[in-house]
Amino acid sequence: MHYYEKKDLADFPNIGEWTSEEAQKFFDYYTKATGDGKLSEREKTLIALAVAATQNCPYCIDAYTNKCLSLGVDKEEMMEVFHVGAAMMAGITLAHSTQMRKIVKKKEL
Amino acid sequence: MDAHEQLSVLDTSCLQKFVDTLAVNGQYPLKAAGVDVLQMNICRKCNLFCKHCHVEAGPHRTEMMSKSLLEKCLDILRNNAISTIDITGGAPEINPYLEWFLDNASQLKRRLIVRSNLTLLLEDSYRHFIDSYVRNNVEIVTSLPHYKAEGTDKQRGKCAFATIIEVIKKLNARGYGKENSGLVLNLVHNPTGFYLPGSQPALAREYKSRLLKDHGVYFNDLFCITNMPVGRYLEHLQKTDSLSDYMTELVNAFNSAAAENVMCKNTLSVSYDGQLYDCDFNQMLELPTETNAHLDDFDIGTLSHRRIVLANHCYGCTAGSGSSCQGSTEKSEK
Ligand code: SF4
Ligand code: SF4
Repeated sequence: MHYYEKKDLADFPNIGEWTSEEAQKFFDYYTKATGDGKLSEREKTLIALAVAATQNCPYCIDAYTNKCLSLGVDKEEMMEVFHVGAAMMAGITLAHSTQMRKIVKKKEL
Repeated sequence: MDAHEQLSVLDTSCLQKFVDTLAVNGQYPLKAAGVDVLQMNICRKCNLFCKHCHVEAGPHRTEMMSKSLLEKCLDILRNNAISTIDITGGAPEINPYLEWFLDNASQLKRRLIVRSNLTLLLEDSYRHFIDSYVRNNVEIVTSLPHYKAEGTDKQRGKCAFATIIEVIKKLNARGYGKENSGLVLNLVHNPTGFYLPGSQPALAREYKSRLLKDHGVYFNDLFCITNMPVGRYLEHLQKTDSLSDYMTELVNAFNSAAAENVMCKNTLSVSYDGQLYDCDFNQMLELPTETNAHLDDFDIGTLSHRRIVLANHCYGCTAGSGSSCQGSTEKSEK
């Protein structure tokens, strides 16, 4: 048994098992937030894939890779999404060096 | 794989039989509600050899509808109020009587569709079909699995994309795909791998803008069609050990609203030898209509209320937004 199993993705609709009202509200929100709006469903799907990548979520990477394929996104475009995620994570990490540098400078004689 | 083997492979790869799923939803048995479309598969020979082809068509096939059976179809169409004539194959243009048939069928003033892969229409012996299509106001449906060459060529063969674009340019020049020209060119998107098609309006937007920007071509509507686990596609699923994942995806995506609108409810499919089927997929799986009907004993009364013959490949028609020869079947999608 692994902590993450591919077949567990199919369990996602059942997260409302013990809290159905909250789950229903979440799914309504989720559907609205990820569907066509001012941004197209395709644009939102690419954003979702980037988030899935940076959060290291195998379920979401599986789900959104499939959704990207089904919307005609090609593999080069998907790889660019991962680079955006990687660049953002690198940038966020490096931007936080400000905190470290501020503290170091304050401690210096 | 012969039809019998295909059906048994589909049986073992589904946790729940399609008919049981329908029964749970109170939708079994499924009955026809008329015959609005006569889909005629007039030859299984094709110049292409596409990976997703449920017909397993190719240059090696020989099955061809004879002129006398085509005449029989015309008689039936003349005597019955069937609104749409939908011609498919193989490559229909390879049937030597297609042009003659179109000239006669167009006089019946029905909606006349030809499903053409277009790639033959650059060849000297076939280019006259463009005139025939214009003259007979034929609605053309052609499959373009992706708006980029790579995906399309992987599925349909080297240079297929460039050739199709070339022919679309010629069709556009004749008025095809232009709003209000009366000449309709619809494209079909089907996934270029083992996954389901996405939302039809979203893909249509993408196709329209990419094809116009990259190639200067246009078309009317895009139909999204799920690849059916039948024929060559089924073999690819099996070979790559993807069958059970794909079937699970289809089963999990079962949509009872899509099951209400499956195309067999208003379509009748006829094969090159005059045998009648509920759809082209049943034809390839050798599952004739429940009464084993043939063009020779065509009785619209009985056929209009027939019980549809179902098996597990039918999950392909009911997954997600639904799938038919006219694209997704979800009414709100259009
Ligand atoms: S999918 Fe169409 S074009 Fe391709 S081999 Fe089959 S019949 Fe021919
Ligand atoms: S595969 Fe044919 S018989 Fe089965 S649901 Fe689809 S159209 Fe109907």
